Amino acid sequence: MDLTFTSEELAFREEVRAFLATSLSADTRRKVLEGLEVSRDDTLRWHQTLHRRGWGGPNWPKEFGGTGWDPVRQYIFEEESAAAGAPRLLPFGLKMVGPVIMRFGNAGQQKRFLPRILSGDDWWAQGYSEPGSGSDLASLKTRAERKGDGYLVNGQKTWITLAQHANWIFCLVRTDPAAKKQTGISFLLIDMKTPGVTVRPITLLDGSQEVNEVWFEDVEVPLENLVGEENSGWTYAKFLLGHERTNIAAVGSSKRELARLKHIASEERKDGRPLIQDPAFAARLAQVEIDLMALEITNLRVLAAEVERRAPGAEASLLKIKGTEIQQELSELMMKAVGPYALPFRREVMRERSSGASIGPAYASPLAAAYLNMRKASIYGGSNEIQKNIIAQTILGL
Amino acid sequence: MRFTPTAEQQQLGDMVQRFLNEQYGFETRRKILDSKAGWSREVWSKMAELGLLGLQVPEEQGGMAPAVVETLLTVTAMGKAMLLEPYVSSAIIATVLIRELGTAQQREELLPGMAAGERIAVPAHFEPGARYDLRRVATAARRSGGAWALKGCKSVVLHAPAADLMMVSARTSGTPDEAAGISLFAVARDGAGVSLTSYRTLDGLCAAEVALDDAPGMLVGEEGRAFPGIAAAFDQGLAAICAEAAGALQATLDTTVEYTKMRKQFGVPIASFQVLRHRMADMLMHVEQARSMSYLAAMRAAEAESRERRKALAAAKVVVGNACRFVGQQAVQLHGGMGVSDETAVSHLFRRLTALEMQLGDTGHHLEQFIAASAQERDGFAGPRAERASAEHVEERDGSAGPRAERASAEHVKEGT
Repeated sequence: MDLTFTSEELAFREEVRAFLATSLSADTRRKVLEGLEVSRDDTLRWHQTLHRRGWGGPNWPKEFGGTGWDPVRQYIFEEESAAAGAPRLLPFGLKMVGPVIMRFGNAGQQKRFLPRILSGDDWWAQGYSEPGSGSDLASLKTRAERKGDGYLVNGQKTWITLAQHANWIFCLVRTDPAAKKQTGISFLLIDMKTPGVTVRPITLLDGSQEVNEVWFEDVEVPLENLVGEENSGWTYAKFLLGHERTNIAAVGSSKRELARLKHIASEERKDGRPLIQDPAFAARLAQVEIDLMALEITNLRVLAAEVERRAPGAEASLLKIKGTEIQQELSELMMKAVGPYALPFRREVMRERSSGASIGPAYASPLAAAYLNMRKASIYGGSNEIQKNIIAQTILGL
Repeated sequence: MRFTPTAEQQQLGDMVQRFLNEQYGFETRRKILDSKAGWSREVWSKMAELGLLGLQVPEEQGGMAPAVVETLLTVTAMGKAMLLEPYVSSAIIATVLIRELGTAQQREELLPGMAAGERIAVPAHFEPGARYDLRRVATAARRSGGAWALKGCKSVVLHAPAADLMMVSARTSGTPDEAAGISLFAVARDGAGVSLTSYRTLDGLCAAEVALDDAPGMLVGEEGRAFPGIAAAFDQGLAAICAEAAGALQATLDTTVEYTKMRKQFGVPIASFQVLRHRMADMLMHVEQARSMSYLAAMRAAEAESRERRKALAAAKVVVGNACRFVGQQAVQLHGGMGVSDETAVSHLFRRLTALEMQLGDTGHHLEQFIAASAQERDGFAGPRAERASAEHVEERDGSAGPRAERASAEHVKEGT
């Protein structure tokens, strides 16, 4: 038993750090470290920079052009990237549809889609949720009927993250309405430029537009865009849900946010001393830092089990719940740290700090929006309540 | 990075688990608990035969120290079984005290007998009014001629009635809350001037208030310089308590899951109710986080003193303490009336978890320790304060200086203010 990285892993970490130090633009880094909005172009540019280095697929095997890194190296990469202020790589292609195509797609689909995910040429969206199907995903109604050489898709998807930037969407659609819930679902790849696809951004409580409604009206999808077998889509979706483990806990970005919180709490004053010395605030700060320490070890234990190929169970659910609780607590503490200056709410300075006079301390401007936005974390990706159901069923055998 | 023990370590852990499963079942334990002594010399001798009492004894005295992983596995298994014998007191804390502070001759004289199970020693350190403060020692030792005589009170000395020797801290100089000036003495439990007021603790362990009235003691190690050794020994004790709790927590969760599957109400097992399933999922998360921190505490306790080590040990007790409270209380709740009955294992586990949360510093105490260590960390650096502190946190796995996070954060400070 040894909780330290091996010398090879440490050397790898140095390599990652050196690359981040030289290749990440100062502007993008600053946005991430200050909690400002990261644009589509910032994300794409960083993806392409990594791709040129051969690191476009940090979680992909070599045979598909990935790095072939083991879970520990993937973890180190994600942690270092987060600490350095690199934008989060979009998970929809790399961590979701990519692995599904590798595992269940045919050779033609692999050749057609995978290189374009790696290069950043395609921006994928995930089309799962529907207005009537949230936690009960298998009740989804979007219909794909066989017609000639393809399918005719009709229905509505919602909460589709960044679909306004996407040119492809992978969808769960119902191909057999007579079959029982999970059994009549298929996994379909849809070109967003196809006639009949409409995207409407949803404005969220923080004023941001990061999710969308997507309508499909008589959208023709060629048969070759079906992944795997018809009516087996639920199996692929489950594979996908259990696939992303290395960063589900978001330990790296939470450490970065903890550092920002400590910075803010050191700058803010209460009773004439730094807020960080206030006993009540210090206690809450200490508790979240401690929870994060424990989560880091738990996360490493899960990774180690994966490396040793011990079957990973529903531990991903545990990581998701604890990880999002910590993210939410950090965002709340940051907002509360600035006191009354959490209240001024100006969208324009959240995107880019304005050159004009700031209201309150400059670091205060994005904090309330971040707090509001972060409420999503315990809802998306299977709500934390659904995750508890999974834990009860899978780990406890209840 | 590796979380699996080596084959030999695992073998030892399995052996301990098997031994306890076979010879320390709930009914057997109950008989021991109800006996006059409250512990079993027979069990103690068997643990000596298995080599378990020598895990913290140096090789020169026939032991296996440091045996970090072996100790972790052993104590975790003992936690599951709710061991009543003075393992953590004698085989860990007192053994480490003698190992760290004793002269070569004292180690040779005391440790082999302890490893063999022939001599039990327990620490007698904390005093009334000192709560969990290690430095606050008012008991005084006075030299007259070539001998030392101790005067003072030691409170809630676990397993004192079972001990042959007590390792007593006493002040030979300095003020009552100063680290310097504390010395360690070996005092015979049945010696002159020693009187015990014996009792059981809330979880059934034997313990005593110890009054020393010119009790003769043998100075262990150097006069006035015992504090670092005492701190080290109690750090090992803290790591052991975390491991013990990890075992007891797992047992508590297991018994709760089992009970709710079996117990039927409204015609169905109560485990089918979502409110209970979610409660147990919450319990599991506490158990796993506590287990993680028991690993971290075991590794860190064996290292040289540093702020990261202080923070990790305090953090471990906070996570474990929160888990003990939540899992213990909810286990009783989910057992309903059975949970508050003396005859069920869960009520004993709850009492043990309650005691473990308070032993060697409760959650509030260690949260304060963590905050104090974090503040030192901030003040101990020249650069931007909070940022450095977090860089430290990022780096604590390998202890190397942290270029990346620190640089990134420094940048953040530069451009962000």
